[in-house]
Amino acid sequence: MSDEVEEDARSADAIAIPLADRDWKRDMWRDLKKAPLTAKFGILVIASYVFVALFAPVLTPYGESEIVGSEFDVWGDKFILGTDNLGRDMLTRLIYGARNTLGIAFLTTLLAFAVGGCLGLLASILRGWVDQVLSRIVDIFMAIPVLIFALVLLTIFGSNAQNLIIIIALLDSTRVFRLCRAVGMNVAVMDFVEVAKLRGEGLPWIMFREILPNILPPLVVEFGLRFCFVFLLIAALSFLGVGIQPPTADWGSMVRDNATLITYGDITPLLPAAAIALLTVGVNFVVDWFLHKTSGLRDDH
Amino acid sequence: MGKLITLVIQRLGLGLLTLLAVSLIIFLGVELLPGDIATEILGQDALPETVEVFRRELGLDKPPHIRYIDWVLGVIQGDFGTSFANQREISDLIGFRLANTLFLALMTSAIAVPFSLVCGVLAALYRNSLYDRAINTFTLTSISFPEFFIAYILIIMFSQQLGWFPSLSNVDMDMPLWERIYKCLLPAATMTLAVFAHMMRQTRAAIINLLASPYIEMANLKGLQRFRVVVHHALPNAWAPIATVIALNLAYLVVSVVVVEVVFVYPGLGQLMVDSVIVRDLPVVQACSLVFAATYILLNLTADLISIVTNPRLLHPK
Repeated sequence: MSDEVEEDARSADAIAIPLADRDWKRDMWRDLKKAPLTAKFGILVIASYVFVALFAPVLTPYGESEIVGSEFDVWGDKFILGTDNLGRDMLTRLIYGARNTLGIAFLTTLLAFAVGGCLGLLASILRGWVDQVLSRIVDIFMAIPVLIFALVLLTIFGSNAQNLIIIIALLDSTRVFRLCRAVGMNVAVMDFVEVAKLRGEGLPWIMFREILPNILPPLVVEFGLRFCFVFLLIAALSFLGVGIQPPTADWGSMVRDNATLITYGDITPLLPAAAIALLTVGVNFVVDWFLHKTSGLRDDH
Repeated sequence: MGKLITLVIQRLGLGLLTLLAVSLIIFLGVELLPGDIATEILGQDALPETVEVFRRELGLDKPPHIRYIDWVLGVIQGDFGTSFANQREISDLIGFRLANTLFLALMTSAIAVPFSLVCGVLAALYRNSLYDRAINTFTLTSISFPEFFIAYILIIMFSQQLGWFPSLSNVDMDMPLWERIYKCLLPAATMTLAVFAHMMRQTRAAIINLLASPYIEMANLKGLQRFRVVVHHALPNAWAPIATVIALNLAYLVVSVVVVEVVFVYPGLGQLMVDSVIVRDLPVVQACSLVFAATYILLNLTADLISIVTNPRLLHPK
């Protein structure tokens, strides 16, 4: 991916954060108040999405895949945003979509970080042949475009939510591995890690108690960027009909199912797509702000 | 020069090796399948005789390494095997679709590359101005939009409301060139918007980086006009990173073409691949992914080579 290079560079910048111990709660609040308008907007968007996803059953007038009316009903009092191609309430599906799409993307990113992060840390500590073998495997995997690779794997294993999460998480963990290994290497050679080794600490202790806390800032930024990437990828796959399968409400497949309406000038099918776009814009704004803040860059190069 | 040639040959060799490894992965995917591919495709209650015939057709009775070598030799000669779904030769299916996809990609780059270069140079020229900030926000936003969203917005605006362009890009081989271009305009515009942000941002960054160097300051102090400084002094040195960015983005284009083709029902390779994934037509998916991966690797390799070849330190060794 072309954006990988840029992203890597951007997140690597963030390691320059001063490791001063400060009153982080008060600090965070002050930072938040000073944040540019775009970042505030982003935080607001993310918060409202999480709220909607958590309270989906309370907020929706109908059931997730309940058929409540005729097909392609127009906007009105009974169905605020009309109904979809099977006569299900659009608003309900949209709200449940937040829950499913967000949840699956979040789980996938978490899994990718767990796998890629652990392997990256291992490679940065053990070096030698472990590092060589892991890095070469990752190199080869990264030579295939993620979307294409995902399509091949989904053909072989069949498309369902569980396969989708595992496949995309594994493909995406290669990027996390690269970053984690690169920033981990810088920390792994420091004296306190040496001391911990001499003290006889085990590998897990060195990985998670010595190195991980010191490379957290770039990883947090990377988490935001990777989440966006995974989210868009899953949406694209669902839109292509090989991602999240019906009757689960999901934004990508909702666009696909109702796309015929667009030729009649009805913008309802664009709402789920807009929901996807709004969230990624929000996350990107917050990540951008965070990067500026932690790297101390005044001007973006 | 000797060092340069060695480096280039090394990179080419590495690219070939990667391609081999990738083909092995794509091939081995089938072996990973739990159980038997024949029963998996034909269903659990297929007759044992049918399964047997199917296995022989696929060559599944041979050991995997022989099959892999057969497959690779076939691909080199342009023979990708036959499709599960309709028993047609895959090379027949791929041929004209690949040409269509390349046509769309070429058209997109013809629009996107000059457009983003000009915008990038302008943004660097008028840094921190209103124009710069507006275009920065715009690019940050357009990176976040899924391709199908951009595509449908364009369809609603230009096809539904204004009625300027068709929303379906059903081209065929006998169409005159201008009609093909006309029908491909909306998909090309969608992909342009998808890659524009990266190319423009990288161009801007490359030039701004250079503007900090002493020789530019010298040019400024001489009293040259800002436009002349950027275009005559900074731009020539920025070509290498910009060329790399272009090659990398064309590689990205190869991927985003899949979604765009589906939206506009464009008879390209991406559409074929998605259709085959849905019916789990494995040989076709393998063939398409190999073509996509090969293009991707080739473009990345080109980016690599450009950055090596345009590096002055390698061109003029001491």
